[in-house]
Amino acid sequence: MNVIICAKVIPAGSVIIEIDPATKCMVRKGVPHELDPAAACALEEGLRLAEKHGGTVTVITMGINDSTIGIRNALAMGATNAVHILDDALAGSDTLGTAKVLAAAIRKEAFDLVLCAAESSDSYSGIVPGQLARLLGLSPLTFAREIAVDGRKVTIKRQSESGYDVVEAELPALVTVTSGINEPRYPQLKGIMAAKKKEIKKYTAADLALGPDQVGASGAKEKVLSVGRPPARKAGKVVTDEGEGGKLIADFLAELKVI
Amino acid sequence: MADLIWVYAEVVEEKIAPATLEMLSKAAEMGTAEAVLLGSAPDDAVQTLATYGASKIYHSADAVFRDYLTLPAVAALVTLIKKYQPAVMLFASSYAGRDLAASLSASLDSGAITDVGDFVLKNGSVEATIPALGGSYQNTSTLVGSGTKILLVRQKSFDAKARNQTAAVEEVAAPSDPAVRKVRVTERVTVQREGPQLEGANVIVSGGRGLKSAEHFDMLRQLAEFMGGAVGATRAVVDAGWVPYSLQIGQTGKTVKPNLYLACGISGAVQHLSGMKGSKTIVAINKDPEAPIFQFADLGIVGDVFKVVPQLIEEIKKRKGA
Repeated sequence: MNVIICAKVIPAGSVIIEIDPATKCMVRKGVPHELDPAAACALEEGLRLAEKHGGTVTVITMGINDSTIGIRNALAMGATNAVHILDDALAGSDTLGTAKVLAAAIRKEAFDLVLCAAESSDSYSGIVPGQLARLLGLSPLTFAREIAVDGRKVTIKRQSESGYDVVEAELPALVTVTSGINEPRYPQLKGIMAAKKKEIKKYTAADLALGPDQVGASGAKEKVLSVGRPPARKAGKVVTDEGEGGKLIADFLAELKVI
Repeated sequence: MADLIWVYAEVVEEKIAPATLEMLSKAAEMGTAEAVLLGSAPDDAVQTLATYGASKIYHSADAVFRDYLTLPAVAALVTLIKKYQPAVMLFASSYAGRDLAASLSASLDSGAITDVGDFVLKNGSVEATIPALGGSYQNTSTLVGSGTKILLVRQKSFDAKARNQTAAVEEVAAPSDPAVRKVRVTERVTVQREGPQLEGANVIVSGGRGLKSAEHFDMLRQLAEFMGGAVGATRAVVDAGWVPYSLQIGQTGKTVKPNLYLACGISGAVQHLSGMKGSKTIVAINKDPEAPIFQFADLGIVGDVFKVVPQLIEEIKKRKGA
């Protein structure tokens, strides 16, 4: 069973993401990057399914050069091979543009299942996987907290407002996972060494037959008009607890008449 | 119609979702508001939608919308949109909303703006205000091209306003294409909700990874009880299985606006801030003086949550004379 993982590589968790007022895009170049922890959960699930059912796990990343470290990490975790779509022309792509790029790259692979995070940890828009499923004609099973594959049938427990639903479909399918689905493995030294020899296939927008009318800032249907800061919240007080922290809060709350 | 705004009506736990009524109320203020109601719904659903602003409701009670995920509703929406061409279509940032908006935007080859806090109709399109990156930015975006503009709207962006009105109802046909029956819902499991509802709570005591384990949430439950409040949690904690999803606050959880938000062992990730920044007063306890939450707290205590919270509970008990 061959699995494709949409492996977004994002600014590292410690980075405070900024938007460049000139380009109105998130600043990514030169910022330390990592495999999105949410995508790592999708990859972990893919690795487990491949371990159980046999098959390959291919990670696909649309990202700038700084993404390479995250892709190598995915390979070190155990992915079979990687695809890196790298092209300045893709800068400023909106969600649908991104989905078109990923779809074009995925169409070049043989696969049974595509796994994505339900949402990325930097933009949280959460709609690229659904758009991707539509473009590829795949059955979309979303917000999975558990996945099982039996022959050609995939079954998930789908997170819901009141608990969960049991949802099933025939392969090929696209499944999005919630971050609670598993604890991703840490790459071991053996994996890190092996990753150095694994293939990262590179594509440009032209390789995918995608032009400026479909992708990048020029192809985006969504245009950012202005970037600004919200009205500042009045600064609060930060105090180090020296044994009276609880009392300080109680006093504060009493002043506010909450208690 | 240039000011025709559609709202996708969701039914959650056998009631029209509050987010639906919020969006309808706003749509009715901005233009002509109509609702699309597909699948099982309570008997008074149509009247409720009318009361909150819908002048017309496109309706189907067909089982296909309940039994099969996403594809039947998208097919029905594509047909309706091609026929009536609303200027804007609003979805809540819910599970169903995201799935439908995503699939629909790709079907129509149109963009979709997510995480919308406010919007206006302008220049033949829509201008949306987005509290980007957890509210650290306030951006505006628009969608170019012709066709219906799809927006995913944050919970609690608008007030639901009841009015005295009735609505026309158009029964719509269920899609006949067997291809829409690809993803089947075979079972619905309800997990018991614990404690009072987060949505209406005036006081919320919330916990994050700093609580270290599920058992330590009992301390927060105790505190919440003393304060007559509800317990909330971050996504990390829900994902780790310490508390059920119903407690999750954040971009993919609930958006809350209590009078008091007590953040215990919460670092203040953008995703979480997004769901609680609107709180009137924020108190935060965290070991890490660099935790982003301190930038938003009215009172921040840098300390061990396992020392500060029990002390707070004792203080409250004392003041209550308990």
